Amino acid sequence: MDVLTDNFSLYGKGFLGTVELTVYASLLALAVGILMAAFRVAPVASLRAFGTAWVTVLRNTPLTLLFFAVMLGLPRFGLVLPFTTFAVLALGCYTSAFICEAVRSGINTVPVGQGEAARSLGMTFEQTLGAVVLPQAFRSVIPPIGSTLIALAKNSAIAGSFSVTELLGTYKPLNEMGYSIIWTFIWIAVGYLIVTLAISAIFAVLEKRWGVPR
Amino acid sequence: MAVGEPLIEMREVNKYFGALHVLQDIDLTVGRGEVVVVIGPSGSGKSTLCRTINRLETIQSGSIAVDGRPLPEEGKELARLRAEVGMVFQSFNLFAHRTVLDNVMLGQQKVRKRAKRESEQRARELLERVGLADQAPKYPAQLSGGQQQRVAIARALAMDPKVMLFDEPTSALDPEMINEVLEVMQQLARDGMTMVVVTHEMGFARSAANRVVFMADGRIVEDRIPEEFFSAPATERARDFLSKILKH
Repeated sequence: MDVLTDNFSLYGKGFLGTVELTVYASLLALAVGILMAAFRVAPVASLRAFGTAWVTVLRNTPLTLLFFAVMLGLPRFGLVLPFTTFAVLALGCYTSAFICEAVRSGINTVPVGQGEAARSLGMTFEQTLGAVVLPQAFRSVIPPIGSTLIALAKNSAIAGSFSVTELLGTYKPLNEMGYSIIWTFIWIAVGYLIVTLAISAIFAVLEKRWGVPR
Repeated sequence: MAVGEPLIEMREVNKYFGALHVLQDIDLTVGRGEVVVVIGPSGSGKSTLCRTINRLETIQSGSIAVDGRPLPEEGKELARLRAEVGMVFQSFNLFAHRTVLDNVMLGQQKVRKRAKRESEQRARELLERVGLADQAPKYPAQLSGGQQQRVAIARALAMDPKVMLFDEPTSALDPEMINEVLEVMQQLARDGMTMVVVTHEMGFARSAANRVVFMADGRIVEDRIPEEFFSAPATERARDFLSKILKH
């Protein structure tokens, strides 16, 4: 028990680090994921190919490998950013592939006639997607996107191995200070639970408000 | 009714679904102000024909022109043309997440770039015209099929189209709702709207059409004025079709 009260600020910093990574990477993943889903259903073949390649590469690369690629690769091209930014990039892009597929499956639940009606009124592809298809797809993708973002929160632990302050990384100093490893990890787990349960709660509210009524 | 210059011109149009040759050398001209009813057995290609006119279905060969302009490739130009061609679907296809009023306003705002106030005024006028002014705040799912189809007609009319395409507008309706939709269509025809109507409603064809186009197996078999077609069909195929549907 002492491990938490003695090191509250250390835990706090780690916790806030995880929250920060989760929030920024989630926003990036949602933005890029929705864009890629739009690409994958676009009438332009090159956009579809780009979307497919994006998903295939990012979804099939181990996240740790992606972290290495971003942290070690990008600086070689002269792109030097803070570690946290790199971590947000890696996490966000990785997760965007899963968001893209969730959104795309949502798009597929919207009857074809909805898009045809919009197009027959003279709406462009962007208008059809933005005003008619995505708002309806959104309702059915709330649960899978919630799960994906929970996975993202937990995946953020990998950033700890790359000099980013986050929750899991707090075990190292605590362990060196001689605290019980079991209690150290229990409190870390509690920290993750707070983040993931908060995400669950947000998505439960969203689903209640916007979900498809049965 | 005076029929003006050609508004829709289809020339030697061919379309395949894989190996299936669904439209075979279709030649069809629809004049301004004309009401053309397309009938025929299911699978004859009549719905596909209707959908090629605003390029919801692409064609493999031939040409289609609307108001003198050939159908453009997918893109902004095609979107502009589609705004001039209203379409009413068998399954209504009202935007499920929008109210009735929003359904009729959306195209005006997005495509015609009309101000909200102006769009709403026009939408309410049109809903009044199809007899649904009091349903404006409801969602499509709260309406009967006939009401939904009338909203769909109002939605298409809100774009001030030059021509209206009806793809089996009453086929998904309960019998007692068919008439309320047909009445709206009759009124449109009387007002001089150019219409292409794919339907099984022979009564409508007799009373509202300038021409009846009979299709079978992807071809236009007969293209005649309704009285002649119904009283003395020229082909065996049409006689057979009419005998089957007019018996009861």
